[in-house]
Amino acid sequence: MSLPTVKQILQSLAAGETRARDWVEMSLRAIREIDGRLKAFLWVDEEQALAAADRIDRAKMYQNAPLRGVPYAAKDNIVTRGVRTTAASRILENYIPPYNATVIDKLNQAAAVMVGKTNMDEFAMGSSTETSAFQKTANPYGEDRVPGGSSGGSAAAVAAGLVPFALGSDTGGSIRQPAAFTGCFGLKPTYGRVSRYGLIAFASSLDQIGPFTRTAEDAALVLNAICGHDPMDSTSSRQPVPDFADGIERGVKGLRVGIVRHLPEEGLEPGVKEAVERAIRQLEAAGAEIVEIDLPHMEYAVATYYLIAPAEASSNLARYDGVRYGRRAEASSLIEMYEKSRSEGFGMEVKRRIIIGTYALSSGYYDAYYKRAQQMRTLIRQDYEEAFKACDVIAMPTAPTTAFKLGEKLDNPLQMYLNDIYTIPANLAGLPGASVPCGFVDGLPVGLQIIGRPFDEATVLRVAHTYEQVRDFAWPKPVLGVAE
Amino acid sequence: MNYETIIGLEVHVELKTDTKIFCGCRNDSKSEPNTNVCPICLGHPGTLPVLNERALELAVKAALALNCKINQRSKFDRKNYFYPDLPKGYQISQYDKPIGEHGYIEIEVNGETKRIGITRLHLEEDAGKSMHAADGSHTLVDYNRTGVPLIEIVSEPDIRSPEEARLYLEALKSIMEYCDVSDCKMEEGSLRCDANISLRPVGASEFGNKVELKNMNSFRFVQRALEYEVERQRERYENGEPVIQETRRFDEATQTTVSMRTKEEAHDYRYFPEPDLVDLDIDDAWLERIRASLPELPSAKRRRYMEELGLPSYDAGVLTSDPKMAAYYEAVIAAGADAKQASNWVMSDVSGALNAQGKSFAECPLKPEHLAGLIGEMASGKISSKQAREVFKLMWETGKSAAEIIKEKGFEQISDPAQLQPIIDEVVANNSKSVADFKGGKERALAALVGQVMKATRGKANPTLVNEMLIEKINSL
Amino acid sequence: MKITDETVSHVAKLARLWLDPQELAQLVPQLNDILEYAAQLQRVSLDGVEPTSHPFHEVNVVRPDVVRESLAREEALRNAPDQDQGMVRVPAVLEGGGGA
Repeated sequence: MSLPTVKQILQSLAAGETRARDWVEMSLRAIREIDGRLKAFLWVDEEQALAAADRIDRAKMYQNAPLRGVPYAAKDNIVTRGVRTTAASRILENYIPPYNATVIDKLNQAAAVMVGKTNMDEFAMGSSTETSAFQKTANPYGEDRVPGGSSGGSAAAVAAGLVPFALGSDTGGSIRQPAAFTGCFGLKPTYGRVSRYGLIAFASSLDQIGPFTRTAEDAALVLNAICGHDPMDSTSSRQPVPDFADGIERGVKGLRVGIVRHLPEEGLEPGVKEAVERAIRQLEAAGAEIVEIDLPHMEYAVATYYLIAPAEASSNLARYDGVRYGRRAEASSLIEMYEKSRSEGFGMEVKRRIIIGTYALSSGYYDAYYKRAQQMRTLIRQDYEEAFKACDVIAMPTAPTTAFKLGEKLDNPLQMYLNDIYTIPANLAGLPGASVPCGFVDGLPVGLQIIGRPFDEATVLRVAHTYEQVRDFAWPKPVLGVAE
Repeated sequence: MNYETIIGLEVHVELKTDTKIFCGCRNDSKSEPNTNVCPICLGHPGTLPVLNERALELAVKAALALNCKINQRSKFDRKNYFYPDLPKGYQISQYDKPIGEHGYIEIEVNGETKRIGITRLHLEEDAGKSMHAADGSHTLVDYNRTGVPLIEIVSEPDIRSPEEARLYLEALKSIMEYCDVSDCKMEEGSLRCDANISLRPVGASEFGNKVELKNMNSFRFVQRALEYEVERQRERYENGEPVIQETRRFDEATQTTVSMRTKEEAHDYRYFPEPDLVDLDIDDAWLERIRASLPELPSAKRRRYMEELGLPSYDAGVLTSDPKMAAYYEAVIAAGADAKQASNWVMSDVSGALNAQGKSFAECPLKPEHLAGLIGEMASGKISSKQAREVFKLMWETGKSAAEIIKEKGFEQISDPAQLQPIIDEVVANNSKSVADFKGGKERALAALVGQVMKATRGKANPTLVNEMLIEKINSL
Repeated sequence: MKITDETVSHVAKLARLWLDPQELAQLVPQLNDILEYAAQLQRVSLDGVEPTSHPFHEVNVVRPDVVRESLAREEALRNAPDQDQGMVRVPAVLEGGGGA
């Protein structure tokens, strides 16, 4: 794999061998060439991106900016001032935000160059990017396969070589699962590590922004630029921020990697299981100690998540009412305006979740559903606290399967939800988790998930980086992607 | 049958902060429409709330002033409902862990102190303002008020008459003003009141059907609306008609209440903990700091005025109703004036003059120490009370002290017997008829003699002293 | 507990969604599947377990009472589908629908 990494781009720029404009042009060219079939992007503005690159090339002040001149893409639920932001929903089809998300401001300060906004499941609700109101994104490793979701556009863009990094958001696996499905590196930071200000909310207590990259080290560089306390987000953490790239190559000797005893294996494909087990053996060979841990409430995670996330979503999506912004349907009364605007503006998956969430919060059901889910969340959190007494990171598959076929699971929402079994618990517990490519089954990528202690992204990245150095499977060329 | 009236009040008070509760927009809902708004208070996608520290402090201060128990752990919840002036489709409020609970306010009813319980006090955000087109075709929304910090104060159903309701509101307003947490201007909407009222036969333990009253824009209207409602409900019961549980609106034009909707829509607010805000942990040290910042509250002040200053209950009540008036009064006595004299002047003359000019005690042109000086001049007998009124008027107009005016205008009263004696002698010598009349038992003749002395001194003689000296002189003849 | 068409219609109304009969017919069994799956939480004893609403327990996050610049009115109303006299215009609100 010889597509340039963020690190290589920075080195080349620092050496004066290339300019920001070269990399932005290269990215735009790749998008023009490939995205017609890949459909990862919802919006690309070549002119703006090139102007930004030129500005960066000219101005002295950007000389030492940490991501100077690196092109990137942002998931379309991250708001960008003056640039249409839709969350892949009809209801926001023409929405032009009056402000920037904190991560966008931070990346501007770091002198990275946004080339466009990427496709996603509508309001991040989905695991395949198929619930987008606008288009279906293909998997670079199989045009008839989903790229995973909900950040499928960002994952596909990185995997196909259109950009060296992209931002996604992860509420129940929406960074890690598409990273696994498309063969790139995806990191969901600890809840509170990266500001949510300007991330269009799905489930506020679970959402977290994170990067897609080709390597763990690149993820560390991007995380360095986007993390940190934000006074605009009450849930953003004041925990100290280390340099995540620092010490990433220290290896795994003396680290304890936990593997889950009695991991729920219903639906786990043998090929996936095999690739993950092999990766864990390679970590052991690299010096890690493998220990067995218990996560006794993991089997309840999906049920817990599919009550909490829709409940929060039902409230978060109440603001899309056609009053101040967004789609408004023609109507003669206010109630009709509300109902028509929302029913025409939201897709079926969004409606389904709003209804589940409204039901779970409604009078008479709150205690039976929402409150019990919140109690179970406590037990799941405690499971991890207990497990991390015996290990430093936990390893397991990112997803039970490789990328499934477009349309395969659309008619069965519960089956789609069960696909999130391995990623959901980290969101419920707020923990950092990464997916690192660990092999291919029938030409489709498999991801190894590494989960860490709260605010210990550094160890997660270190383990992933170490694994990247020792992995030895054959990496096929993407069907849709930049020629190397 | 005799009926008992049961009233509970829900009062919303806007807090006096510079900015809104969850964003940095100015707390000013009276500007041009939609000029104090930002992505956060407009509920734009991706925005998040951050709590205004000052709003929290003021809410805790208000809760302490209302004798509430402060919940150490408190949190915010979302109250979900759709309305065009509610941008997020939910209001950030507090559900099961409000800032304060179990408080009370004391009111004076027929000379007795009555305690009205306060169920809870919680912090929340205000909604915007909707302007409904007169022809009913559309509604216009202004979001300047969206996110203004509010406290909601819910009373126990302890209020037994419309008059008690008004007294409760007056006491509540006074406490809020003392704490300086709000302007409490009902006409401007910074204090808003809804009422729940029901009737039940005296002795019954169950409550009758409750009617909720809205749109009462002054304390007087609250009392009026409740009075109307008491009669309306009584008549219905007496005619064997049920009282329907409903929301009614006070109509100022007819001074009656009218039903707002026939079909009561069932609300299901789906409260749940606000995930975008963290919990509050109000530790003891912080609580003590806020407690220490509380001023002496009206009920304590009132008690002190009666016990320490010996003021009658009426005076104490009037003087303490307005913190600015009490502060003024205290400055007057601090400058040495007699407590009761000062009370009389402040309650009648000063208050009257301010009212005539539409001014508050904070804007009073008469310095408290100048008023104290005037009271002193009177007490020492330098000037008569009639002169004092004259001096007061001039002090008000010129800003000069009483002493200066008395000197300039030659108002000084003659109270020196040595100075008066020759004049007394002369008047007695020149008015033998009146002297004879007085001696013959005509008491009124003395007044004529006094008048002569006053005339000779151009009104400056101390009339009491003149009286005494004249009698003495005549008796000595 | 099975949820019925009526329940789903009621909940949709609360959420201000209008569902056509086909959507309703599709949704009801799906929601029943999901709620049946979620019912596994009913089988666990959770008595006395504190609910978690945030992954981490931070408290007292506040900001100083300092004014920040508001949006210019044109900017504030730029996305509004309908406006009039500097305000957002909507179909008539029936009296008494809500409010603080």
